[in-house]
Amino acid sequence: MDESWKKAKGVFAALGAPPVLWLLAFFLVPLAIIWGYSFGENKSLTEIAVDGTFRNYLHAVRPLYLGIILKSFWFAALTTLFCLVVGFPVAIAITFASDKAKSWLLLLIMLPFWTNLLIRTYALMAVLRTEGYINFTLAFLWNGVSHLTALFGHPLGPFQPLELLHNNFAVVFGLVYVQLPFMVLPLYAALDRLDRSLLEASLDLGAGHFTTFRRVVVPLAMPGIVSGILVTLIPSVGAYLTPDLLGGPSSQMIANVIERQFKTANDWPFGAALSFLLMYMTFLAIAVQAIVSRNRRGRER
Amino acid sequence: MAAPKTIIRFENVSKRYGKVLAVDDVSLSIDEGEFFALLGPSGCGKTTLLRMLAGFETPSEGRILIDGEDISRTPPNKRPVNMVFQSYAVFPHMTVADNVAYGLKVDGVPGAERARRVEEALGLVKLDGYGARKPDQLSGGQRQRVALARALVKRPRVLLLDEPLSALDAKLREAMRSELAQLQEKVGVTFLFVTHDQDEALAMASRCAVMNRGLLQQVATPSDLYEFPNSRFVADFIGSVNLFEGRLEVDEHDHAVVVSPELPTRIYLDHGVTGAHESTVWVALRPEKIELHKRGQGREPPVLEDTPGGHNVVPGIIRQIAYLGSESVYDVAVEGGRTVKTLRSNLTRRDQEDFTWDEPVWLAWHACSPAVLLS
Ligand SMILES: Nc1ncnc2c1ncn2[C@@H]1O[C@H](COP(=O)(O)OP(=O)(O)OP(=O)(O)O)[C@@H](O)[C@H]1O
Ligand SMILES: [Mg+2]
Repeated sequence: MDESWKKAKGVFAALGAPPVLWLLAFFLVPLAIIWGYSFGENKSLTEIAVDGTFRNYLHAVRPLYLGIILKSFWFAALTTLFCLVVGFPVAIAITFASDKAKSWLLLLIMLPFWTNLLIRTYALMAVLRTEGYINFTLAFLWNGVSHLTALFGHPLGPFQPLELLHNNFAVVFGLVYVQLPFMVLPLYAALDRLDRSLLEASLDLGAGHFTTFRRVVVPLAMPGIVSGILVTLIPSVGAYLTPDLLGGPSSQMIANVIERQFKTANDWPFGAALSFLLMYMTFLAIAVQAIVSRNRRGRER
Repeated sequence: MAAPKTIIRFENVSKRYGKVLAVDDVSLSIDEGEFFALLGPSGCGKTTLLRMLAGFETPSEGRILIDGEDISRTPPNKRPVNMVFQSYAVFPHMTVADNVAYGLKVDGVPGAERARRVEEALGLVKLDGYGARKPDQLSGGQRQRVALARALVKRPRVLLLDEPLSALDAKLREAMRSELAQLQEKVGVTFLFVTHDQDEALAMASRCAVMNRGLLQQVATPSDLYEFPNSRFVADFIGSVNLFEGRLEVDEHDHAVVVSPELPTRIYLDHGVTGAHESTVWVALRPEKIELHKRGQGREPPVLEDTPGGHNVVPGIIRQIAYLGSESVYDVAVEGGRTVKTLRSNLTRRDQEDFTWDEPVWLAWHACSPAVLLS
């Protein structure tokens, strides 16, 4: 079966050619052009000369931009961590739910995908802003307690709404909200494959639930954890819309800076250099991860 | 020798899954040091009973006691029993030694002692030198030994085995049978062993319980199960059997006679039957207990010294012969249309040529061979 498929070269070519051409024409070539720009400079308003200069990269590694890149990684790392902490119990709950509940829960996880990201982000703003319903609920509770304490002669004073929007908190909160399904799905896939009798064997041998989780579930779900981390971390580093709408002036991420270079500053070469710097760093992180995990596997053999 | 001590007691245990009654009011005691087999057809509730003992299911009704203590609500990791799973459930991400050490590690057994006991357990199951391997580098039989070692190293009061041999090929299964029996003798741990393979149960167990549809049918030694079944179900499930429906005509303390419309002659028994007058009874007759004699050309029917003439001898014609190597099975059609299975050992190389197809024969059996069943 396998062999005969491999022999059918014509079928492969026929099926494979269109997507390959598509990727080449609309992804790799434009990417290469931008990559070229990163070694160029603006000659006039519309003209860019690719002269092999490293000026843009030198510009990009100045503390101001490096700081923003590092902050982007930091936000992404926080997002990934929270997604993992929140997503693992969710994935476990779905795995052990009854078959009927399982499909409903999975549907709930995917439901956000049916709504435009922009709308979801504005909805989140409605939740978080000073007149949003978190503050509304808090004010209601505050006033209730205040009435009670007033009976004893100590009113609490007027409610100060929490500043939940346009700061770092709002950005990470929003990113967690957007990325959570991407963490839950690979985790669920890994946990669902797990042989239940392994968990029972661990319990049977005297381990508690926590030890079973640590010694059996986590190691066996590792492939799912790693891919969950990657699909959460990488899009978070380059997040644009969330920091743009939910962030304040000091919580801009690298994608917002890049956007400004291409649009308001009209400095395409510098924008390209920033983009590719981000890409190099991401690739580096993935490569390090791959090498580390390969070494670990090698040692275990 | 002191009387054996009861180690496990099931007291009126039932388990319901929604509408399904998987285990139905089972009461059962198992003694210390027994090799006890739970036997029954697929879906009869064997695994459910075992899982309730291990703690993975809670009984809907009744209690389970280990050493006199009610453990029905004790979590699995706090019970003095260990289980060998049908799928073995060997941890794929750990080496053989780590698998075996797992239960000791979570119990906080110190490193040096742990290493010694792991070594000892691996030796017990003949896996010395395999400690550093990963499970995917082992054969099915070896993985099963790892599961055994991993459970035994904890020195459980009772070892539970759920069809431990069913995933092995026939030859290995036979070898593992005697090895398991030897192992049990060596470690002295009580084994509770689930199987749907009657040969396995008869060969290994010191006592068996036969289950059917959640009900315990009979608890007895293997030979008692085979020779003195208490119901048609057990007689039919253990080995092969000819069953004749009939009515008790004579029932004295030292003999009885059954009339069956399926046989032209009466069945004579050398023992009385209690509590079955007027009702229907069934006579169970094992194929190997029926003798085959040549008939025709003026030959007289065989004479049985313990049976009055005219009983336990039936004329028939061989309709089918199955040659199984060590023995042959003959299907004999008797008057009235009934087919009776008889079995004959091939004691010499020529034995299977003694009888041929469509040959007229006499079937004969001794007065002590049939068993009378009331249900
Ligand atoms: N989790 C469950 N939910 C619903 N029904 C179940 C469950 N587990 C078992 N049953 C039912 O209970 C009955 C007994 O099942 P059990 O697994 O104990 O059978 P078994 O004797 O071990 O059979 P086998 O020899 O096939 O392993 C079956 O009818 C089965 O369908
Ligand atoms: Mg079973």
